[in-house]
Amino acid sequence: MKPKTPSKLEKVLAAGHLAVTSECGPPRGSDPEVIVKKAELIKDHVDSVNITDNQTSVTRMCSLAACIRLKLLGLDPVLQMVTRDRNRIALQSDILGAASFDINNILCLSGDHQSFGDCATGQNVHDLDSMQLIQTIRHMRDEGKFLGGDDIKRPPEMFVGAAANPFADPFEIRVPRLAKKIAAGAEFIQTQCIYNLDKFEEWMKQVVDRGLHEKVSILAGMTPMKSAGMARYMKNRVPGMDVPDEVVKRLSDTPKEKQAEEGINICVEAIQRLKEVEGVRGFHVMAIEWEEKVPEIVERSGLYPRPKVD
Amino acid sequence: MIVADKKPIEEIIDEIKEHERILILGCNECVTVCEAGGKKEVGVLASALRMYFLNEGKEVKVDEKTLERQCDHEYLEEIRSMIDQYDAVVSLACGVGVQFTAEKYHSMPVYPGVNTCFMVVTEERGLWTERCQGCGECILARTGAICPVSRCAKRVLNGPCGGSTDGKCEINKEIDCAWQLIVDRLKALDRLDDYEKISPLKDWSTDRAGGPRKVIREDVQQ
Ligand code: SF4
Repeated sequence: MKPKTPSKLEKVLAAGHLAVTSECGPPRGSDPEVIVKKAELIKDHVDSVNITDNQTSVTRMCSLAACIRLKLLGLDPVLQMVTRDRNRIALQSDILGAASFDINNILCLSGDHQSFGDCATGQNVHDLDSMQLIQTIRHMRDEGKFLGGDDIKRPPEMFVGAAANPFADPFEIRVPRLAKKIAAGAEFIQTQCIYNLDKFEEWMKQVVDRGLHEKVSILAGMTPMKSAGMARYMKNRVPGMDVPDEVVKRLSDTPKEKQAEEGINICVEAIQRLKEVEGVRGFHVMAIEWEEKVPEIVERSGLYPRPKVD
Repeated sequence: MIVADKKPIEEIIDEIKEHERILILGCNECVTVCEAGGKKEVGVLASALRMYFLNEGKEVKVDEKTLERQCDHEYLEEIRSMIDQYDAVVSLACGVGVQFTAEKYHSMPVYPGVNTCFMVVTEERGLWTERCQGCGECILARTGAICPVSRCAKRVLNGPCGGSTDGKCEINKEIDCAWQLIVDRLKALDRLDDYEKISPLKDWSTDRAGGPRKVIREDVQQ
């Protein structure tokens, strides 16, 4: 596979390495140091870093500005972009803004509903959906054109990604939905956090049976649990999350002061097992407000040092 | 049909308390079916207002009238001969009726007596659920006749989003996920393969985005 963009993530994947990405949430304020500090913690252990876009609909510093901060530090940011807050003018405009700073990765999402956040009485936009956003970026990049048909001077060079939830409902369309995202133009996938490894492997088997793993790079989503309480919360409260009872039990059977360590163990074991699964091309390690643990997870999973690519 | 919901009486009183001759104007169409603005509700509101003014020691005339429709010239003309007896109208029709009454009787204050909601079916008595937002470009042929514009919280045309759980929408366990319904329906029609067809970007210019809309039918005008 020859890379089509200058994205480091794409190059790592194209060279056949298992990729490692992570994510940082921007601060609820304008202090750039917050994002810089988080990035410093993980930068040597990952290939690229996602910046979330007002996740859970709570207003934060914009993803684009935070991505620019990372880019200025020499990192390879992944701009997360939700269709909730911007119409097709703003989406295209922000994509060009990102491209002007040579931000070379974008992850297309619909975004959590605004009712979860701090502006529950606000409007949502959803002019496009995430699938159509993927199409739009591919159109801008590959055809060098705006949606309106005019030429773009210096089109964006972006490696285009999407999210996938191997555990989502309705179950009949778990794999077709991925196929649809690939048909729309997705080149990499970052999955929902995986705790139910058997079920994930079943999904991957169907993905491989359809040959989809050859058309898209799938990065398995990993989030270490900090405590048994977090495991129970994820199991019961977070929509679309599949946390098996044995994971909750393993953590709650561990003394409180050792639970965080056990959470990391579970994560590392999962990565080691999934490394062997056909079609898994890397890992997206989301240590939520626990970025300092990413290096340890990456090292213990045998994914360090990160490859050099150019 | 269009569903409307009652406005709190305090809000109505606050609008009309300076008036002395008030006409409560109902409508015999949708608002009658949804029991928010028909003859019966006109009577109930008028009695409540009379009681209020009596308690306040104010002499205020409150009359009742219900028209066949408030969205047609023909029926609104029926009050032309009596409108001068009043110094305010509270319309219990949908927002369309309130505005058309005001347009017709230009110097008469007209107040809304209900909150107009959306286009619905009556699932059971006292329960109305949304089915259509009048986007002006119907896509139901593609979606198994279940509308993602009105029934998905994110208007996702290529759904579901990641939040669909056990058939319910991420925003509320009481609300069906439109895309679960679409998938179920495509399956029932033996058309699940159609799920993989990507819905193109929608032309929203026929929706609210295009500004105030008109339907002009010359064939009917002639
Ligand atoms: S859960 Fe279903 S209905 Fe709710 S926003 Fe997502 S796709 Fe739409």
